[in-house]
Amino acid sequence: MTGVADVRLVDVTKRFEDVTAVDRLSLEIEHGSFFALLGPSGCGKTTTLRMIGGFEQPTEGQIYLGSTEVSGLPSYKRDVNTVFQSYALFPHLSVFENVAFGLRRQGVRGATLTGQVNEILRLVGLEGMEKRKPRQLSGGQQQRVAVARALVNKPKVLLLDEPLGALDLKLRKQMQLELKGIQHDIGITFVHVTHDQEEAMTMADQIAVMQRGRIEQLGTPSELYETPSTAFVAGFLGVSNLIPGTVSGPDSVRLRSGPEVRVRPDALAGRTGEVAVGIRPEKIELGQGQANSLDGTVVEEAYVGVSTQYIVETGCGLLTVYRQNASPGLNGAAPGQRLTLSWSPESTFVVDSLEGSE
Amino acid sequence: MGFLHRHRNLTPYLLLAPGLLYLGFFFVVPLGFLAYQSLESGNFDIGYAFTWAWGNYWDAIRNYSGHFVRSLEYAGIATILALAFGYPLAYWIAFRGGRWKNLLLLFIVAPFFVTYLIRTLAWETILADQGPVVSVLRNVGILGHDGRLLATSTAVVAGITYNFFPFMALPLYVSLEQIDGRLIEAAQDLYASKWKAFLRITLPLSLPGVVAGTLLTFIPAAGDFINAQLLGSPQNHMIGNVIQSKFLELTDYPAAASMSFVLMAAILLMVALYARAVGTEKLTG
Repeated sequence: MTGVADVRLVDVTKRFEDVTAVDRLSLEIEHGSFFALLGPSGCGKTTTLRMIGGFEQPTEGQIYLGSTEVSGLPSYKRDVNTVFQSYALFPHLSVFENVAFGLRRQGVRGATLTGQVNEILRLVGLEGMEKRKPRQLSGGQQQRVAVARALVNKPKVLLLDEPLGALDLKLRKQMQLELKGIQHDIGITFVHVTHDQEEAMTMADQIAVMQRGRIEQLGTPSELYETPSTAFVAGFLGVSNLIPGTVSGPDSVRLRSGPEVRVRPDALAGRTGEVAVGIRPEKIELGQGQANSLDGTVVEEAYVGVSTQYIVETGCGLLTVYRQNASPGLNGAAPGQRLTLSWSPESTFVVDSLEGSE
Repeated sequence: MGFLHRHRNLTPYLLLAPGLLYLGFFFVVPLGFLAYQSLESGNFDIGYAFTWAWGNYWDAIRNYSGHFVRSLEYAGIATILALAFGYPLAYWIAFRGGRWKNLLLLFIVAPFFVTYLIRTLAWETILADQGPVVSVLRNVGILGHDGRLLATSTAVVAGITYNFFPFMALPLYVSLEQIDGRLIEAAQDLYASKWKAFLRITLPLSLPGVVAGTLLTFIPAAGDFINAQLLGSPQNHMIGNVIQSKFLELTDYPAAASMSFVLMAAILLMVALYARAVGTEKLTG
């Protein structure tokens, strides 16, 4: 690692007339990382990506690629390439010419050009398709052409704008792994925009969860999942049970209309007063056995193969519980049954009070 | 649920039938009649007889080759001018028109609410010797002291350009409007400057519109006679003027008919050469 981030945004703001799409956003993306900007539509993730690509210019703030400031430069003067949402392949050009487009603009000719194009087409598994037009390709093949067309230029950073959105689920899963494999092989920094939390978690080393033009939380997939710092992150990545309460000690929270529970010592992070305690559904056990517990009644049971999902009514509201079906024939609980739920302090995280957020 | 349901394979033919019947009656039959007429001899007073008079064609070419060449020349120049004016305009409306697009398109079509003849007569006023255009051009020295625009080839070409302009601008607009803006972004992302992106992406993708506009302008322009008659002098007359006078004034039907066929052949030849130059796949998009 060189110590200089491949992409650095400093207090970047983008306003469209009276709408602030991106609000004083600062960000560093390390060389060689697979970085995801994750958030619901309208959160500013695509605008952020387009500013890195040079399709939009920031209203305020600076953007650096390596140590060079690029804010104000048009896209064709930036050492980044983009895989567009609907691929934006040139319909009148063959696969070969689509991929060769960027090289030709940079003055690469002859055998060097042919060699580089063929090499990248081999990498994405499209050898033999050189002469086809984009409309003669399947969605997955078009996606690969879009990736090859960008990567052949060996950019400092590859930007991917919801690149898998147009593919069906099975192909999407396959392409997720393929893209991650390609990124691993060539070692270029990838910045990936998506609204699909599972996709972000599968592919990225680092995820920035965005909301309302700002980064809500930045971390590795497991950090974001195990210790979300806001209710929004807890709800956007996977399912969470959030129970309101009041801080009652250095590692304890008294639940509103419920008992006191212990939390991870670092989870409070200086919070006092009103907070919410979070537990992931799969971390709750049916029965006693862990330090934190609540009594309740099963109201719903849903068998989904890999696990059974329960909705349990407790004094603190409805909780969702997943129980993995590790061995066959094991019957957990039936609707109407009273039971005790328990979970460990280590799997208990704390977020800011739910009032004032969704 | 009766007949059509049982004979579903007939449906396409039934859908085609009105158009085919129309073309049959009003295009193929008159064309055949015209072909027949072009090989007749005689005159209006003694009557016409079919005599395989191929000489009519020879006469048409020998006596009026100047008119034929002038027609193709004027139509060609007018087509190029309409393309030169129409492309930037259509481009601007398609990419920058925003919510004004439809209004701007209406402006292009607006002159068509006035009849062809009146529109052309308006140009006669604009280009008149006492008119504003001539006096400005005389003052700045582009035209000589007693130079004029009316009754010159310039006036005829200007009139044709104006009258057929929408036939150029509208197909151009349609083809440009269909271009996905993200393709231009993609080109710029791949190191193409704005100009290169235009040359490599926008222009080739708009070629179907260029071809359609060129043909829709050139073909009727080559047969036009109104502009030459109202804005030109006899030295500027096109083959359309000759055909018109042979048909309606001199009632020399065989000569007029054979000239029509020679014109049709000349236009077809030009179109074939043009299609070959741009490539036929551009014609069909």
